[in-house]
Amino acid sequence: MIRVVRWALLLAFAVYFFIPLLAMLDFSTRKIGGAGRTLDAWKALGQDSQLTHAIGASLALAVCTVVLMLVLLLPTMIWVRIRLPKMTRVIEFLCLLPLTIPALVIVVGISGVYAWVNYFFGYSPIVLTFAYVVLVLPYSYRALDASLSSIDVITLAEAARSLGAGWYSVIVRVIVPNVWPGVLSAAFISVALVLGEYTFASLLGNYNTLPVAIALFGKSSGTISVAASLASMLFAAVLLLGLSFFGGRRRMSKGTSS
Amino acid sequence: MNTGTPVQLVDLERSYGGVRALDGLTLDISPGEMVVLLGPSGCGKTTALRILAGLEQANSGQVRVGGADLTNTSANKRDMGMVFQAYSLFPHLTVAENVAFGLKLHGRSLAVRTKRAQEMLELVGLVQQGDRYPVQLSGGQQQRVALARALAIEPAVLLLDEPLSALDAKVRVQLRDEIRRIQLEVGTTTLFVTHDQEEALAVADRVGVMNAGRLEQIATPTELYSSPATPFVAEFVGLSNRLPAAVDGDVAVVMGNRIPALPGSARAGVALVRPESVRLVADKLGAATVTTIAFLGALSRVTCTLDDGTTVLGQLGSSDAIALTLGDRVRLDLATTPVLVVPAA
Repeated sequence: MIRVVRWALLLAFAVYFFIPLLAMLDFSTRKIGGAGRTLDAWKALGQDSQLTHAIGASLALAVCTVVLMLVLLLPTMIWVRIRLPKMTRVIEFLCLLPLTIPALVIVVGISGVYAWVNYFFGYSPIVLTFAYVVLVLPYSYRALDASLSSIDVITLAEAARSLGAGWYSVIVRVIVPNVWPGVLSAAFISVALVLGEYTFASLLGNYNTLPVAIALFGKSSGTISVAASLASMLFAAVLLLGLSFFGGRRRMSKGTSS
Repeated sequence: MNTGTPVQLVDLERSYGGVRALDGLTLDISPGEMVVLLGPSGCGKTTALRILAGLEQANSGQVRVGGADLTNTSANKRDMGMVFQAYSLFPHLTVAENVAFGLKLHGRSLAVRTKRAQEMLELVGLVQQGDRYPVQLSGGQQQRVALARALAIEPAVLLLDEPLSALDAKVRVQLRDEIRRIQLEVGTTTLFVTHDQEEALAVADRVGVMNAGRLEQIATPTELYSSPATPFVAEFVGLSNRLPAAVDGDVAVVMGNRIPALPGSARAGVALVRPESVRLVADKLGAATVTTIAFLGALSRVTCTLDDGTTVLGQLGSSDAIALTLGDRVRLDLATTPVLVVPAA
């Protein structure tokens, strides 16, 4: 009986999640007028220069956001755990703060700052990295915090220090390899958020990122817009599976408890 | 074989808020010697070890190793190997990689690292486990690997911070003896911190008893046990009976027995008498009654109550204790082992 319920639930979830995706695939491959199938919309993803630039910009933004987020957040969290445990609550509060403020309010707040950012760094979608790092902080913090809590950071760091490791070696050679699943989770969540972020990109300067391009295409070509949306979702799904597979292989390679 | 390095802690002071963890600790450790710091929780023994390791800074005082002042040297430049109370192996590395980790940081070649890791694993009897991950080892094995890892870098000083306290009793004793064997074999100057007096007395060249941030006494295990310098040491190390006594010259009179009094004894008060110094003889006219008998294997501890209500604990061979039963009247004699007389509390 439980097995039947389990399969029924699985089926219900599959229907709930896959029907919209199948509908998108159906719509994006439909010929105008409804007769027959065509991959024109999908081919256009690689041919339309505005779209390819938008895809490139979003991917570059995702990479830059992940790198900057990890460079800023991971050493800070490790340092706070080792040296400033009393600051844990403060850091947690600051990192979770963006979650409580609507994106629109943040945009209004930082639009003045971004005039200067554009002045110094030039008008490029990559400057959104600074805003996106703030945007992904709450989710990345949670993922990294869970991983750091699963190991004895202080003892591992002290053991490494006593063996001659400087702080760089402690973080890179000892702590990071042991919180790798958390780093991957934080990176994946960040990538997913960046690939889907519209408000900042559109309102801070109408930067040409994938979500902005999809929205624009939605006004001129519905099929290309839907194909691009589906492609970005598939990309995120493939990334998730890839990271899960990679993380799983790493865990397996460490063996099991005796 | 390491020839050992002298270590000196000079007048160390360390406070946490208003609490003084170390109150002028001075300690000299000879090259190749194993000194054990023993004391109750919060006495400052771990703080002293961590200051020597460079993991904490003293408010004042000096740390000297091999004649060099390391007081302000960071932990990674002090050339010390450390084994922690908590399991501290790096989970993402195999046993052999863990042992070789310090050598890699010191820039040794792969061939040297592999050879040295193999030697160290042979030393701790885990050469077959080199390819395993820490999670696949028992607690005792993990601490042996941690010891191998600490010794692999040929440190000037080996620091052991209660390395056995997370292990079960049998493994503790085995590993305790193994640590002593290895320390004697490699000859590294070692500071071992523990709250377990049996452990301390079993492995140390000298034991330092700490109380409230101060070193009460440092002496060989035998001297510490037989000639405690302070009431705290006498009561903390081993069991003691507190029996009314008066001192006449250098002799203490305890329950009618004349026993040598240790230097520093008060003129009157209570004598701290070891249970093994109490002899119990079954005697219907004796002044005490047996109230409990605790069988401890080869030995038994017998508690007697004098007619005036004083309780005396005696220790004797179980083969002798078998003749006693609860309620028996016994006569108490004291051996002439010197005792410390302290003012009655």
